[in-house]
Amino acid sequence: MSIKQTFSLAFKSLLASKTRSILTMLGIIIGIAAVIILVGVMGGVSNEMTSQFSSFGANQITLTLFSGVTSKKVGEADIQEFVSENLNCFAAYSPTVSINGQLKNGTENTYSSVSGVNEYYDKVGEFSVSEGRFLQYIDCEYRKKVCVIGTYQVDELFEGVSPLGESLKINGTPYTIVGIVEETADRESGSSDDAVYIPYTTAMRASGNTTLSSYTFNCSDSEIVYEAKALLEDFLLDKLKDADAYYIFSFSEILDSLNVMMGILTGVLVGIASISLVVSGVGVMNIMVVTVTERTREIGIRKALGAKKRHILSQFVVEAAVTSAIGGVIGIIFGILLASPVGSILGVTSAVSLQWILIAFTVSAAIGIIFGYFPARRAANMNPIDALRYD
Amino acid sequence: MIELIDVYKIYAEGGDSEVRAIDGINLKVSAGEFVAIVGPSGSGKSTCMNIIGCLDVPTSGTYILNGTDVSEMVDDEQAAIRNETLGFIFQQYNLLPKLSILENVELPLLYRGLPRGERRDRARIALETVGLMGREKHLPSQLSGGQQQRVSIARALAGDPKVILADEPTGALDSKTGREVMELIHKLHQAGNTIVFITHDPNLAGEAQRKVSFRDGQITSDEVLVRSTDI
Repeated sequence: MSIKQTFSLAFKSLLASKTRSILTMLGIIIGIAAVIILVGVMGGVSNEMTSQFSSFGANQITLTLFSGVTSKKVGEADIQEFVSENLNCFAAYSPTVSINGQLKNGTENTYSSVSGVNEYYDKVGEFSVSEGRFLQYIDCEYRKKVCVIGTYQVDELFEGVSPLGESLKINGTPYTIVGIVEETADRESGSSDDAVYIPYTTAMRASGNTTLSSYTFNCSDSEIVYEAKALLEDFLLDKLKDADAYYIFSFSEILDSLNVMMGILTGVLVGIASISLVVSGVGVMNIMVVTVTERTREIGIRKALGAKKRHILSQFVVEAAVTSAIGGVIGIIFGILLASPVGSILGVTSAVSLQWILIAFTVSAAIGIIFGYFPARRAANMNPIDALRYD
Repeated sequence: MIELIDVYKIYAEGGDSEVRAIDGINLKVSAGEFVAIVGPSGSGKSTCMNIIGCLDVPTSGTYILNGTDVSEMVDDEQAAIRNETLGFIFQQYNLLPKLSILENVELPLLYRGLPRGERRDRARIALETVGLMGREKHLPSQLSGGQQQRVSIARALAGDPKVILADEPTGALDSKTGREVMELIHKLHQAGNTIVFITHDPNLAGEAQRKVSFRDGQITSDEVLVRSTDI
């Protein structure tokens, strides 16, 4: 008996009892649709988080040096040399000197964190300047009192009018505004639009610091952040001989651990949804037990006519597998159709992956085969004469 | 063709409710014979028929069919024997209600693994023999009892078996259609088939070449009948 015949036989007997087939499928439809929707929504949440973190700088590594731990020192020249030796990993770096500043323009004033950085910081932070220019080498070299500000400050201090070339007082000292950072976050406080950049040399003098203790690096690709981090770690350990003298941090680590957490959460939710799949499998088994009992006489006739065990076994297993696979396909269709509306209720763009669709289909077919096997084996092992006599 | 040697079939052996359905029989049927098995119900004739049909196995004894000892065979080997050597005609026809007439007749050929085209051809020839051409697409329920029994005869024929076993083939039919079915069985016999059939109707038994009587699990008589029509 060919595979085609076995399948056409299975379809025929499914069509013969439509209501029962549909009810059997229902459990699988619900289970598979739930898995597809959950995975889709979680995929959407994960995508959203990744893109938000990327805007924070998933490619960035920050280094903090602690003074007083060891007598050995790492200076800016050492960092510069290290970066230029590892240009395959590092795209740019900048020292960072943070000071809290009172910003003042006439009577308008606000408080903000002021970052002392070098002329490469726009590459480190991956932003561009919409008006004017960013800091230049000469600004740092001569400790010029110039600054580049974000649109939040433009709003707060200059009532939204471009202040290019005007003067801004930081802790009482006037700085010339030479550039405006391109707006990316609707001018909100604390966002990337809330920024004041001054030359790091100027910042050191203003804050009274004589040594640099913080650097930010940009890796050319988020894929190599780990490699870059390891390189930096080796370099620092070699120089300072003490792992407590520095701290290296990268957003991509946070992103990775968040992704792991999302994975676990998705796993738990899919696990819960899978319970309904197991229940639907029991439903399939139940129906197959009933079917086998009802069709005992048919089994007897088939056996009398020369059907071997494997013929009977495959007939019922295929019937169960076809039922649950059809249920699986319908469930996948419902899942795909419902993932977007459910996602939008929760405020995420659902992302259903092909991988999960294939998994869902395989699982539904497997449920049929596994739960159909035992009733089918019972049918196959029936004694022909007992089966024939069954009423 | 068929040889039962010292065959017993005992249910619940050794217990209080022990039933000796067949209590030591020896029976030999040669190729081309037309044998009627008669006896009251519970005499063991059906059990004997089931053993001959490889649907049941004897508790002890040997059964040689077509030169092969089948009493020691496992299920699937017996299935192959049933498929190739035996053709069944049941009292209740035992057609599959959801399959068409043609598909029903094709079933033994399907399990033999024949290709579709050959199955169709052989099933059509068998249906023609029983006079049911033109009804291939009907379902069994759309036919009369007599027609259904003819379908089951066609199904037994389609596999070109060496032995045709009929268990009360006319038992569920009125006398006229029963007559038609008997004529068909005679035709099969004349075509060279070995036929063993069970009946409780003495007139029908009289149509056979040989009559074997059962009582209480034993063969009480085995007589050769001579009929003027049978040459």
